[in-house]
Amino acid sequence: MSTVTTTVALEHRSPVRTLGWAVPVLVILVALPFVVDQYQTILLAYGLVMGIAALGFNLLLGYTGLLSFGHSAYFGVGAYTVALMVKYLGVTSMELFLVGAIVACVLVTAVFGIACVRYTRIFFGILTMALSQVLWSLAFKFFWVTGGTDGLRVPTPTLLGLVTGKGDKIAFLATAYYYYVLGVFVICTVVMWVIVSSPFGRALQAIRDNEVRAEFVGIQIRQYRWVAFLVSGVFTGLAGALWVPLNGLTTPDIMHWTFSGEIVFMTVLGGFRSFTGPIIGAIVFNYLKTYAVGYTVYWQLLLGVVLVVLVLSLPTGIVGTAERLWARWRAR
Amino acid sequence: MDIVVIHALNALLYASVLFLIAGGLSLIYGVMRIVNLAHGNLYAFGAYVSAWVVGLLVARAQPDRPPSTILLLLLLPAGALAAAAFGALLEPTLLRPFYKRAEEYQLLVTFGLLMIIDDVIRWLWGPYPLTASVLFENFGSLGIGEAIYPTYNFLVIAVGALAAVFLWAFIYKTRFGVVLRATSQNMRMSSALGVNVNRVYVQAFTLGCLMAGLGGAIIVPSQSAVLGMGVDALILSFIVVVVGGLGSLEGALLGALIVGVVREAGIAWFPEIELAVLYLIAATVLLIRPAGLFGRA
Repeated sequence: MSTVTTTVALEHRSPVRTLGWAVPVLVILVALPFVVDQYQTILLAYGLVMGIAALGFNLLLGYTGLLSFGHSAYFGVGAYTVALMVKYLGVTSMELFLVGAIVACVLVTAVFGIACVRYTRIFFGILTMALSQVLWSLAFKFFWVTGGTDGLRVPTPTLLGLVTGKGDKIAFLATAYYYYVLGVFVICTVVMWVIVSSPFGRALQAIRDNEVRAEFVGIQIRQYRWVAFLVSGVFTGLAGALWVPLNGLTTPDIMHWTFSGEIVFMTVLGGFRSFTGPIIGAIVFNYLKTYAVGYTVYWQLLLGVVLVVLVLSLPTGIVGTAERLWARWRAR
Repeated sequence: MDIVVIHALNALLYASVLFLIAGGLSLIYGVMRIVNLAHGNLYAFGAYVSAWVVGLLVARAQPDRPPSTILLLLLLPAGALAAAAFGALLEPTLLRPFYKRAEEYQLLVTFGLLMIIDDVIRWLWGPYPLTASVLFENFGSLGIGEAIYPTYNFLVIAVGALAAVFLWAFIYKTRFGVVLRATSQNMRMSSALGVNVNRVYVQAFTLGCLMAGLGGAIIVPSQSAVLGMGVDALILSFIVVVVGGLGSLEGALLGALIVGVVREAGIAWFPEIELAVLYLIAATVLLIRPAGLFGRA
C-alpha cells in the first residue's frame, strides 16, 4: 500500500486540466515584463533558469530516488562551456552555446554516470559530490584557462542570429533575453513532462519505489538510472548555459558542492514529490536568497533556519503542503 | 634528505588534524548512520573558541608579563570542550527527530545547520581571521639537519597520535566502548538488551564533536581561524572517510595518513591538480571498494 501512496503524489492530472492552469500561468509570465520593472523581470529570469536546473535535478531525486550532491558540476560545465566558447572560439550565438553546453554535459554526465549509478543512497551522494569537487578544483586551480576565482566574463549573446545586446544590456536582459529564457523554460518543462509520463519515466518511479520488484519486472535498473542521470545532468547544464549571459560572469563558486546543496534546497523547498515542486521551489528560493542577501549579511543564517524549519515541519514542500490544504478544503 | 623529513613531518601534521576531524565524522556515522555536513563547522567553531580564549588572555595581560606558555596550552582545549558542549546540545534537539526519516532529510537538516553555524561564527567573531600565534611563536623551532621546523608542529602530531591511541583504548577496552560498538552494529538489539540508545547517541555525537573541536583547537596556533575553514575541512575529511571506510576509525586513521601524504606531495610537486588528485582517489576507492578500505559493507 505504501508504494501506491507514494506514487499518487506524482500521478499527473488529465492534459485538459493541466492546460487549465498552465496556460494562465504562461500568459502571466509573458505579460509580466510589461507590468513590473526591469530588475524584477531579470530576477524572474534567474528564477526560471534555476527552475530548469531543479527540474533536471528532480528527475533523479523525485523520480528515481537518487540524491545527488554534485549537480553543481553539470551547471558549471554548462556555464564554463559557454565561457570557454566565447574565450577561445569567439562564438556569440546563443543557440550554439546551448548546443555546446548540451554536448559537453552529455560527455561529462555519461562518464560520471557510469561511475555513480552503480551506487545508491549515501554512497551515490558522496560519489557525485567527490566528482563535482574534481571539476571545481580544476576550475579553481587552472586559472590560465578558467580565470581561477576571477572567473570568465561572458558578453551578451546573439539570440536566434537576430537580436544582439549591443547598447543597453539591462534592457536586453529584461526583454529579449527574458523571453528567450522563458521559451527554453517552456520547452524544457514540456520535454520533462513527456519524459516522466512516458513508460521510461514510469519505470524510473518503479525503480525508486521497489528496486527488486522493478528488476523482476524486467527493468534494467542500471541502464535506466544511467539515462536518468544523463538527462538530469543535461537539463542542469542547459540551465548553467542560460545563466551565464544573465550573470555576465562565471566563477568556480557555481561548481562548489555548496551550490549543489542549494539545488537540493530549492527542490525540497518546492516539494520533490510533485512535478511542479522544483520549479516553484527554485523561483521562491531565488527571491528568498536575493532579498535575504540584500537585507542582511547573515543571509546564510536566515536560509539555514528556513531549511531546518522546512524539513522539520513541511517535508512535502510548498507544493505538497498546498495540495494537502487544497484537498482538505475541498473535502469540507 | 632533510627536505624529505620535513615533507614527512608536514604529512603527519595534516594527518593528525584530519584524523581528529574525520575520526569524529566517522564515529558519528558509524554509530548513528548520519552524515553530518555541519561537522567541519564544529571544527571551525573549536578553532575560533580557542583562538578567542588565547587572544583574550594575551590582550588582558600586562605588556611586561605575558601569560605563560603553560597557561595558554592549558586553555587551548577550551575549543574542544565548547564544540563538545555544542554537540551535546544539537543531537537531542535537532538530529533526534530525523533518525527514522529518509536520508535526504538528514543531509538537508545538517546542511541547514552548516549554513547556520557558518553565520553564527561570523556574527560572534566578525569576518576577520583570528589567531593564537603567540603559542606557536613561544615554542620556537627545531633544527633538522640543515632545515628548521616549528616545534609546535611536533605537539600537534603528538596530540593526533595520542588521540588515536586513547580512542582505540576507549572503544576496544572500556565498557562504554562495548556498548558503543554494540549499538553501532545493531541498534534495536542493544536497545532490547537494555542499552539506553538515546544516551549512547548523545555520547557518541558529543565525542565526535569533541574530536573535531580538538582538531580546530590544536591547529589554531599555527593557522588562523578563518571563515570557510569548516567547509574546506569537511570536504577533506569526506575524502578521508571515503578512502578509509565510513564508520571505521582504523579507516579514518589510514585515510588521514594517505590524504596527508598526497596533500604534502601534491603541494610540493603538482600544486595545480593536488585537490583533483585527492577527489579522484576518493572516487576510485568508492568505485573499487565502495565501503572503503576498512569499511563494513
